[in-house]
Amino acid sequence: MIFQPAIIALLLASAICVLALAASAPFAVELVRRWDINSGSERQLRLERRTYLFSTLLVFIMTAQLASVLLFVFNAEKMSGMFVGAMCAVGTLNVNPWGFPALNAKIAVFFLAAMWLAINHVDSRARDYPLVRIKYALLLLLAPLLAASAWTEAQFFLNLKADVITSCCGSLFSEGSTTLAAEASAMEPLPAMLLFYGAMGLAIGSASYQWAFGKGGYATATAAALGFAAGISGILAFISLYIYEHPHHHCPFCVLKPEYGYQGYALYIPLFLATAAGLATGAIRPFAGIASLKTVVAETSRRLAAVASIGFLLTTAVATAMILRSNLILLEH
Amino acid sequence: MKQWIEKQRYLIDFTLASLARRKTRNLGLLGVYTLLVFVLASVALYTHALRVEAAKVLAASPEVILQRLVAGRHDLIPPGYLEKVGRIRGVQKREGRLWGYYYDAVVKANYTFMVPNDGTMAVKRGEIIVGPALERSRGLAAGNGISFRSYSGKLHTFIVEAVLPQASELVSADLVLMHEEDFRAFFDYPAGHYTDIALSVANPQEVRNVALKLAAALPDSRPILRDEVLRTYASIFDWREGIVLALLSAAILAFGILAWEKASGLSADEKREIGILKAIGWETGDVIKMKFWEGLLISLTAFLVGFVAAYVHVFYFAAELFEPVLKGWAVLYPRFQLTPHVDGLQVATLFFFTVFPYAAAVLVPIWKAAITDPDAVMRG
Repeated sequence: MIFQPAIIALLLASAICVLALAASAPFAVELVRRWDINSGSERQLRLERRTYLFSTLLVFIMTAQLASVLLFVFNAEKMSGMFVGAMCAVGTLNVNPWGFPALNAKIAVFFLAAMWLAINHVDSRARDYPLVRIKYALLLLLAPLLAASAWTEAQFFLNLKADVITSCCGSLFSEGSTTLAAEASAMEPLPAMLLFYGAMGLAIGSASYQWAFGKGGYATATAAALGFAAGISGILAFISLYIYEHPHHHCPFCVLKPEYGYQGYALYIPLFLATAAGLATGAIRPFAGIASLKTVVAETSRRLAAVASIGFLLTTAVATAMILRSNLILLEH
Repeated sequence: MKQWIEKQRYLIDFTLASLARRKTRNLGLLGVYTLLVFVLASVALYTHALRVEAAKVLAASPEVILQRLVAGRHDLIPPGYLEKVGRIRGVQKREGRLWGYYYDAVVKANYTFMVPNDGTMAVKRGEIIVGPALERSRGLAAGNGISFRSYSGKLHTFIVEAVLPQASELVSADLVLMHEEDFRAFFDYPAGHYTDIALSVANPQEVRNVALKLAAALPDSRPILRDEVLRTYASIFDWREGIVLALLSAAILAFGILAWEKASGLSADEKREIGILKAIGWETGDVIKMKFWEGLLISLTAFLVGFVAAYVHVFYFAAELFEPVLKGWAVLYPRFQLTPHVDGLQVATLFFFTVFPYAAAVLVPIWKAAITDPDAVMRG
């Protein structure tokens, strides 16, 4: 199975990213130990020059990570035709125990990368690079995570065996099983809707408040995390039902299929972007007190909050439109 | 926001002018890049079109084919076997099929002899309907007579009643349709025997259950599912594509090295340019941004041109360059026109394959260029 073009591309991207990170780790260590902006020594000059290289490199890696999540899911979806029992991406991810961990790791790296990129952006706009140390220390923490994500992904692809009979989304996201996903699926439509619209309202509200008044970075981040969880459980519990017009089909991946007009992408892309932006506001919030960052952080957070606010609004609007257009009736009027 | 866009616009403007100043060098890189995208995209588009074609061909075939095995080999269906299958819920139609292969020593190729089952293709005794490849290789036309020497040594003569249409060539290239009695006489086929049994199942989700029931009721049989055939085709084409891509990865690597070389071998002119830019107030970050735009412009142009060229190559010139590797071959190979089909995943994969290595390769050289000290350059 390793000779699937998309798999080769994904593994290639992961390998390049891990290699690049491994190459930058020694530099990060040196920088954390020796960085001194006030010194005019040869070494400091060299370090300053190198930060340009490594910042660019990391922007490149993180962007690649963001793109590869999309390709990963897209590919899992496409490959479902090759496994007996698979109807959508769930089947492919279930072929071996590495599938879902790989996806979850990728999503985690996606959000962490977004937060790191926000910190990097803020830092590079200040005259005295106040966050350089923190940035590279965080990078050293992020590196093993990224390597682990690449490793699970490789394990997943290497262990894909076409003769395994996998289970389809119907059994994983059914109301009877005991997983977290099943719990969310089993929620009654009315409380699930209240939770979804409540959390979305909160997320939109706090992000808009910050956009307008520039206050409340942590609140936005918390609300964004909440909004993400509520968004996913909302999709599991009732939005998917409305899309499929079927009262028991809870799959969050089938919505990405061409049969349903790729509607899922319209739902997931704004949700992920909004969550990433919301979390990023929280990530740069602790540095608002630093003198050279005051205006930069305020400005950047407002911009990120705007993205989060619009993204959550879009997700809610798209979900509502899908519900209104559907012929399924879950709630009696 | 507007200010940011304006800034990027000026940067792009400047980059384009700077690219135009070194035409030959950049055109060389662009040419190689385009060629790489062209090769990779041709492979991807061609295999995908073949996959789509295979799926379309199989869409009309029966859901389940039942073969009887003797000592693990395919054997004839004896009389009464069809009745033993019995009524299985969900099966709409079951019928015995008659077909076989005939080796024609004249053109050194195998034909498929078949008795049509549906009424629309009824063939009279002594007549045959032939596929387009046969028409070409034996120079046949409607009304001609042709003789085949059967495996028993007797010569049988048939009149060609019609030639099958070109549109169905992918499935019918080597096909010869004949009457049941002619078929049995030609092959000395025992009366009441069939080659295999075709079952049509209405509900696709029932196919597997039907196959299980068949296997339980007739332990000496082998049900072959259409889905499995499709899956096998898909994996074979994917695998072929993957192998070609893996072989071409050497080319990608070579291209990466070339890009690295091109990007790091800054001419004295370029060095002076960057030095002057920095002397008049550009920052290292700005130079990196300019170089980033340069890379992006080259990448996107190469990608677009290469992809369009590949599209034309595959769908208008039948992918002449890669056909032998990807399509396979046969004496009576069908001629067919591929249906244009572009797949989103493929474009994304291709983008990863080409733009990503390029970006990785030019990163370090770009940085090296960007950190040049203005005084060092201008003095030297």
